Amino acid sequence: MKKSFVPGRRNSAYLFMAPAAAVLLLILMVPIFNSIRLSFFDWSMRQLTQAPTFIGFENYRELFASQNFRESIRVTITFSLSVVTIELLLGTVLALLLEGEFKGMRLFRTLYVLPIMIAPVVVGIMWRFMYHPSYGKINYFLGLAGIGPYGWLSNPDIALISVIIADVWQWTPFVFLLVLAGLQGVPKDIMEASVVDGANYPQTLIYIKLPYIAAVLGLTAVLRLIDSFRSLVVIYNMTGGGPGVSTEVMSIHLFKTAFTSQRLGLASAVAVVLLLTIALFASVLIYNSLKKERR
Amino acid sequence: MTFQVKKNLTLTMKYIMILIGAALVLFPIYEMISTSLKLPVDAFRLPPKLFFVPTLTNYQSVLFESNFFRFFSNSAVVAVSSTAFSVGLGALAAYSLARWNFGGKKTAIAGILLLRMIPEVILAVPVFVLFNSFRFIDGRVGLILVYTALNLPFNIWVLRTFIMELPYELEESAIIDGCTDFTVFRKIVLPLIGPGVAVASIFTFRIAWNEFILSLVLTNRFTRTLPVAVSLYLTDTGTEWGKITAIATIIAVPAFIFTFTAAKSLIMGLTAGAVKG
Repeated sequence: MKKSFVPGRRNSAYLFMAPAAAVLLLILMVPIFNSIRLSFFDWSMRQLTQAPTFIGFENYRELFASQNFRESIRVTITFSLSVVTIELLLGTVLALLLEGEFKGMRLFRTLYVLPIMIAPVVVGIMWRFMYHPSYGKINYFLGLAGIGPYGWLSNPDIALISVIIADVWQWTPFVFLLVLAGLQGVPKDIMEASVVDGANYPQTLIYIKLPYIAAVLGLTAVLRLIDSFRSLVVIYNMTGGGPGVSTEVMSIHLFKTAFTSQRLGLASAVAVVLLLTIALFASVLIYNSLKKERR
Repeated sequence: MTFQVKKNLTLTMKYIMILIGAALVLFPIYEMISTSLKLPVDAFRLPPKLFFVPTLTNYQSVLFESNFFRFFSNSAVVAVSSTAFSVGLGALAAYSLARWNFGGKKTAIAGILLLRMIPEVILAVPVFVLFNSFRFIDGRVGLILVYTALNLPFNIWVLRTFIMELPYELEESAIIDGCTDFTVFRKIVLPLIGPGVAVASIFTFRIAWNEFILSLVLTNRFTRTLPVAVSLYLTDTGTEWGKITAIATIIAVPAFIFTFTAAKSLIMGLTAGAVKG
């Protein structure tokens, strides 16, 4: 490693950090701390001028007794596990099939960046239109094959699947790009040696490529898991969490508790549960990065 | 089967896969853009007409509705300002973390990584309460502050990896010549990490331009940004798909521009942290 550390310049080190640290502290950390504090209070949006009332763990008790909250946990887990599994499988298979440089590959990789860059609001709108019961193209094309029509966003049994499909559309490219980058790290000489030794494709795949990209796959899975727990906007603009609570993931449940039911204390308790879940997943990434730091 | 035939078959299979993949990725985008260019009669016609006379009617009615330019300029001001602040402050902090050892550095790094994962929605309640008690503050200022903060962790992280790859000798000789740390940073380091600044800027702009939930909470009908405006359109007038897709297409324009001009930087930014460094 290059020599890049010069100890003993402490003042500058802190001075350069200070502005960013101040913004992170005031705009992210203080609000997060406030959220944790508020989760022990009863406070309604209707009485913002009044001081919140301390009620201990009452919000948490109410939360875990609530049918809707438990349902939102179930929906979140179903949604997250489905999208992570499908996206990892599709993205990896696609990357393995399209590995290597050939004409047209660059344009294709570029196209695959598009869904990731487009605003979640716009993605929600696009899919809402495609799923439209009477003039959406999905029902039209399926109708040509004699299937359907389905109420993609109005049928509570199907709505979650529809939302999962939209997420898979947007984020499979992300997995594809990461795995493709990981595959570029597989040393060429080892691949060539194995071919000379008579290894067939399944053997090189199982014994060389997959072990090499295992770390990338793991990190991608954690990143996608965290992101899927955070996702809200696409679903919100497609279904608003409905019909009923069939697509109401935890983040939408939080938002509705705060701004529809106007119960800020209870919503903060949801925020704490969501925060702890994500911190748990994130600790894997942090551990991994700090390990690199020591090297 | 000869080797050549087999190779051609593999290549053909790859192209078929690419065509199917590209079609799947592009179809929803094509649907959005083509609907925005159709009159209602054409937009809802089934079977769809592949060739239709494109019209800018939807764009005209969207653009000449008095509020569009207000929302557009709100979005632009918020996105550009938060990009400038977040990348600037991020670069400073990144330089410190890349070059110097100081007490609490490990904690700072762990904290930055953790803050990078914070869901926006968790901030909705406390940030709403915070800015509600400072009612005199414009919602746009609130958004600029929040987006600056939200993007700092990623910017610090990406810029730090770029700085760590620079050889230290240049900076060393400048310091021996008597330059202050800030001059070294501004005159030597910053010009050399241009690609990193580009990656950080595009990603910050993208988040600030696209963000929905905090903007919904913090803005009113004057300070609203485009994503919130189009979403409210969706619930107000459920059937005006022509106008809705027109605004949606306008929101997506920066995404198209960035993708087709800087795909390589974008892929680097997306893979940062997972594949390398």
